[in-house]
Amino acid sequence: MKRFPLFSWLWLILGLFYFFIPLISTIEFSLRMLKGRYTLEAYRVAFQDPRFYTSFGYSLLWAVITMVISLLLVVPTAYWVQLRLPKLRPYVEFVTLMPFVVPAVVLIFGLIRLYGRPPLVLTTTPAALIVGYVVLSLPYMYRSVDAGLRAVDIRTLTEAAQSLGANWLTIIKDVILPNLRVALLSGMFLTFAIVMGEFTFAALLSWPAFGPYIEEIGSMRAYTPQAVSVMSFAVTWLSIAGIQWLGRGAPGQVQTAGAR
Amino acid sequence: MDRDNLVAPQSTPTEVTNGDAPPARPHRRAFSWTWLGVAPFFLFAILFLFLPSVSIFVRSFEKLGGGFTLQNIIDIFTKSDIRSAYAMSLKVSAVTALGGAFFGFLLAYAVCLGGLPRWARSFMLSFSGVASNFAGVPLAFAFVATLGNMGLVTRIIEGIFKTDIHQAGFTIYNFWGLSIVYMYFQFPLMVLIMAPALDGLRREWREACENLGGTGYHFWRFVAMPILLPTLLGTAILLFGNAFGAYATAYAFTGSFLNLVTIVIGAQIQGDVLYNPGLGNAMALGMIFIMSITMLGYAWLQRRAARWTR
Repeated sequence: MKRFPLFSWLWLILGLFYFFIPLISTIEFSLRMLKGRYTLEAYRVAFQDPRFYTSFGYSLLWAVITMVISLLLVVPTAYWVQLRLPKLRPYVEFVTLMPFVVPAVVLIFGLIRLYGRPPLVLTTTPAALIVGYVVLSLPYMYRSVDAGLRAVDIRTLTEAAQSLGANWLTIIKDVILPNLRVALLSGMFLTFAIVMGEFTFAALLSWPAFGPYIEEIGSMRAYTPQAVSVMSFAVTWLSIAGIQWLGRGAPGQVQTAGAR
Repeated sequence: MDRDNLVAPQSTPTEVTNGDAPPARPHRRAFSWTWLGVAPFFLFAILFLFLPSVSIFVRSFEKLGGGFTLQNIIDIFTKSDIRSAYAMSLKVSAVTALGGAFFGFLLAYAVCLGGLPRWARSFMLSFSGVASNFAGVPLAFAFVATLGNMGLVTRIIEGIFKTDIHQAGFTIYNFWGLSIVYMYFQFPLMVLIMAPALDGLRREWREACENLGGTGYHFWRFVAMPILLPTLLGTAILLFGNAFGAYATAYAFTGSFLNLVTIVIGAQIQGDVLYNPGLGNAMALGMIFIMSITMLGYAWLQRRAARWTR
């Protein structure tokens, strides 16, 4: 005989409240721009602002560049460590954990102090911003690529390809990458979600991006910021939904925590 | 292969790493270019992670005009506004870590073992994955729309109880308000990490406990809790660090009402508000120090937790 799990339902309902009340409130708030009725006026105003498009466009651009660089840094390294240099694994893992030890504000502080003056000046170009985003994405990119590599026994695949006479280009292009597709895509989605919502780096380095834009209109107007927040939530939600859809069937590997 | 050339201090030739078969080709003791494959990664890490950290460390001990000093470090512990910033950051982190751990654990328990239908579990896990990423500026605005002066919950309470909670002295722009906001990304992270750990509690252990005459209390006290405790504590520590390094959410939510360490460092970047670059470095160093301790604690507890995962 089973009791009705009252206790569990109670916590579940509390959890659902915590999840949904702020979301519902934001949506409701964004619809209240005109007195007395619900309209999409705030969204219309948001879409009228040309800076909405430019900042969103910049964030897209930063996200794409970050994804490319992060992939180029992480994939060869993770592959090589798995295949040839397993003794380096702890060191690589240490590096990928560093972003947790050095918070974004502190990292940007160090980067500005170090690369704001000769011999190497990066803060006058978006390079410092991209560097920050790549660092931020490292843990997530590495973890998802590494999990992908572990799952397919990359060593056997590589050796099999080699014994069939494949050269390195063929091995990478036709053997490794197709097997890593899901891992790479989830790493990219995650990087995308992180960069699109990021505020700290862009604000402190004064580059246009979506996060600082939302913050800025927040201090100028009411209702529109909530409308833009809803859109920002949608971007995050779609990215994560993409990852979860890709990772369906696989054990829940991807752990997330983005721009705080 | 010739891995042995690379990390001399760690490698003894007889060491067997992770059960791999020995390399097919015979040992070649020549200098190898194998490490070149990982060189860009480590170069990037050295340039953009280690050097900035080292520079923060070095400059924390620099006088205004140059030269060595311990004054900046001493100032962190003696200047009242810096101390209060650290105290506030530590308090918010501790409260939301404990609260998030507690609530997240109960939620994870409810959906994993609590006898709820299966959809509750998959829904809760999926949504936790999303919610742990809802942070930063939009999250701050979401809570303004919820509990702010014109927020939905504020108006609902006003409608039911006929009192304006904000006139009664309630505000979300303080320590507790910020904690409520942080909790939104804290407890989902706990759910995400706790759920697999709870799934790892095997039926056999419970049955063995029952066969030996144990009750539910005995199972939790002597079997489940000792196994789960490292994960539980480790995740609580992770949540602590998660809140401690947060900047965007706090900045968008409170502006500069709340004196958090990250906010002060951010202000220091935008203009030397402390009137002493060395002191800014020292504050950043303090953050790195605290985060290092939390991550070491997390790593140690995770290693203990891993004993039961196979």
